[in-house]
Amino acid sequence: MKIPFSYSFRNLWTRRFTTALTIAGMALVVFVFAAILMLAEGLQKTLIDTGSFDNVVVIRKAAGSEVQSGVERLQASIVETQPEVAVGTDGKRLLAKELVILIMLPKRGSDKPSNVVIRGISESSMILRPQVKLTEGHMPRPGSSEIIAGQSIAKRFKGGGIGEMLRFAMRDWTVVGKFDAGNTGYASEIWGDADQLMQAFRRPVYSSVIFKLRDSAEFEKVRERIESDPRLTIEALRETRYYEKQSEMMAKFLRILGMTLTIIFSLGAIIGAMITMYAAVANRTGEIGTMRAIGFQRRSILTAFILESLLLGLIGGFIGVFFASFLQLYTISTMNFQTFSELSFSFTLSFDIFYKAMTFSLIMGFVGGVLPAIRASRMDIIEALRES
Amino acid sequence: MHILKLIFKNAFRHKLRTFLTVLGVTIAILAFGLLRTVISAWYAGVDASSASRLVTRNSISLIFSLPISYKEKIRQIQGVKTVSYGNWFGGIYIDEKNFFANYAVEPKTYLELYPEFVIPPDQKAAFFRDRKAAVAGMKLAKKYGWKIGDLITLKGTIFPGNWDFILRGIYKGRDQTVDETAFFFQWEYLNETLKQTVPGRADQAGFYMIGVTNPNMGADVAVRIDKAFKNSLAETLTETEKSFQLGFISMTEAIVIAIQLVSFVIIFIIMAVVANTMAMTARERIGEYAVFKTLGFSGFHISGLIFGESMFVTMLGAVLGIFLTFPVARIFSQQLSTYFPVFNVATETVYMDIAASFVIALVAGVFPSWRAVNIRIADGLRRIG
Repeated sequence: MKIPFSYSFRNLWTRRFTTALTIAGMALVVFVFAAILMLAEGLQKTLIDTGSFDNVVVIRKAAGSEVQSGVERLQASIVETQPEVAVGTDGKRLLAKELVILIMLPKRGSDKPSNVVIRGISESSMILRPQVKLTEGHMPRPGSSEIIAGQSIAKRFKGGGIGEMLRFAMRDWTVVGKFDAGNTGYASEIWGDADQLMQAFRRPVYSSVIFKLRDSAEFEKVRERIESDPRLTIEALRETRYYEKQSEMMAKFLRILGMTLTIIFSLGAIIGAMITMYAAVANRTGEIGTMRAIGFQRRSILTAFILESLLLGLIGGFIGVFFASFLQLYTISTMNFQTFSELSFSFTLSFDIFYKAMTFSLIMGFVGGVLPAIRASRMDIIEALRES
Repeated sequence: MHILKLIFKNAFRHKLRTFLTVLGVTIAILAFGLLRTVISAWYAGVDASSASRLVTRNSISLIFSLPISYKEKIRQIQGVKTVSYGNWFGGIYIDEKNFFANYAVEPKTYLELYPEFVIPPDQKAAFFRDRKAAVAGMKLAKKYGWKIGDLITLKGTIFPGNWDFILRGIYKGRDQTVDETAFFFQWEYLNETLKQTVPGRADQAGFYMIGVTNPNMGADVAVRIDKAFKNSLAETLTETEKSFQLGFISMTEAIVIAIQLVSFVIIFIIMAVVANTMAMTARERIGEYAVFKTLGFSGFHISGLIFGESMFVTMLGAVLGIFLTFPVARIFSQQLSTYFPVFNVATETVYMDIAASFVIALVAGVFPSWRAVNIRIADGLRRIG
């Protein structure tokens, strides 16, 4: 015979204060657990959205990132002639020779300087990145000191808004447009004409060449040809892989931090649940004896107590995830250790994270409750009754 | 004296519960201490920087360099004592995972500016003599098993190619705050190679390190240097080493804030756990408290008992936690030396641990003692279990 569910529930209710404290502890742990997963997910999402699987990034061998790389004009032209490069509707090749430079700009409000990526773009740069859309103003005219800013730059950096001026490389640059790049890394970039920027910064070489593949399956073929060409000292990567590599260090850091915190925190919460459940068992020795005397089996008692503990976990988990979901309103912007440039990403809650957090919370409840429940179920009827 | 004995006996009435609570507090204080240490490790570069050193770099950003001809011009500026220069090399040792800071520097002046890097004189001489020579920190050399005379190859990310170095010296930090995971080699080696391979990039320094005659005049000297190069092709930005380091940290501020928040969350969690223990303990003993009151003990005595027990249990855990922080931090510093070259438990961290455990003990005791003090004797005696 089973003990009714309401028995477990009412037990929690009777000792509201203790229950609330235990649940609060668990909710905090689940909150931190979910927050870290959401952060990792947000970073991942930003990376996936930034890169496109069919695009190839070409940078100097071993450069690691566009900022450190340099691709000479001649080398860029050789890449341009590869047959695997896709051709656009107007007959032009979907390939952009770009310049990527870091500059320091002061933030609005705080005036603190932060590194910002300036990207010198070619005609096809926009077409290669369908996730980037011009929302206001117009594109920079070739040959002019005009730039466009990503939405995150326009909002957070001094002089980044439309119609404003930025001064760098001994020139004044007018912001003539604003683009929306959604959740991608481009949102924190400034774009301008590559040739003008190369002039201004006195950089005779491009940083990278980006092109779309004619056929996605041909990547290996073109990569091998480019990398074995003795005239070229460059390497080719799929854009998705390139951006993934860019924040490997950050991702690893978040993973280590997340794992360590989760393990330590969950130990704390499990101990909390254990204390509560042991006390629940100890307080109800007589009750348990009575139930056993009436004819409830050991297994029913075990189930009832584990259920009670699982209930703690369930409620704690819901509360934790509920509060964690508000984190989605925040965006984290920090410096990427690898590229020294700004990287911003937001907390992202997915169903997967929800399930993980709830499972985690239930496991905490279970682990915390199983030993006390076993003790309850093992009680000797006579001893228990006498003790009460 | 009797009350202490009573507190002690009370604390061990439920051995299992006390054990679990102490364990919880130990873990929490340990975690709190480690997180605070992570934060102080983040600021380690700032703490290690000296007020008498200035850093000059290109005002556009770190990736732009300055002509080497600036060296003589800076030397002429009033208040400048020593000028050294170098480049962030950004080389990779075998695999990207093996990250450590590596610089090309002008050896003599650089070591003069950094007296905290202690190198035996014979190794120092060998480092100056050989153009391919390199010097590595003690921790770094130990990590990769390098010995003096070993050949080390770095793959250049900023300066393409494979670069061979011969380890001529291993430096030790003058004290614990010095980063012992850095790698230096002769700037001349870099420059002469660049002259042959990429002449356009030769004769450029990534940064100038400047020693000033009077540390109090640092800001004035910085302004004078920047003024000298105003409106040139490569304008400079000069700041003290400290603010240079702080600039880096402010860019990663979000992470520091997150760790700080999390370190307080753990205190809240354990507060809930200890408060729970105390609440249960007090509830079980309501009858006893009523007896105490009947005997004439005041509310002061009863709350003293509760707070005393809460304090005792928390402090026991806290002391264990603080003692464990040191060995665990040592393991951490070995595992995470890539991220945190300097990972030491600061004295302030221990103080914060103690302060946090006091807060936990007090908060945990408030509600139960309020209940115990306010309960009416008759109600207390009537209550069972």
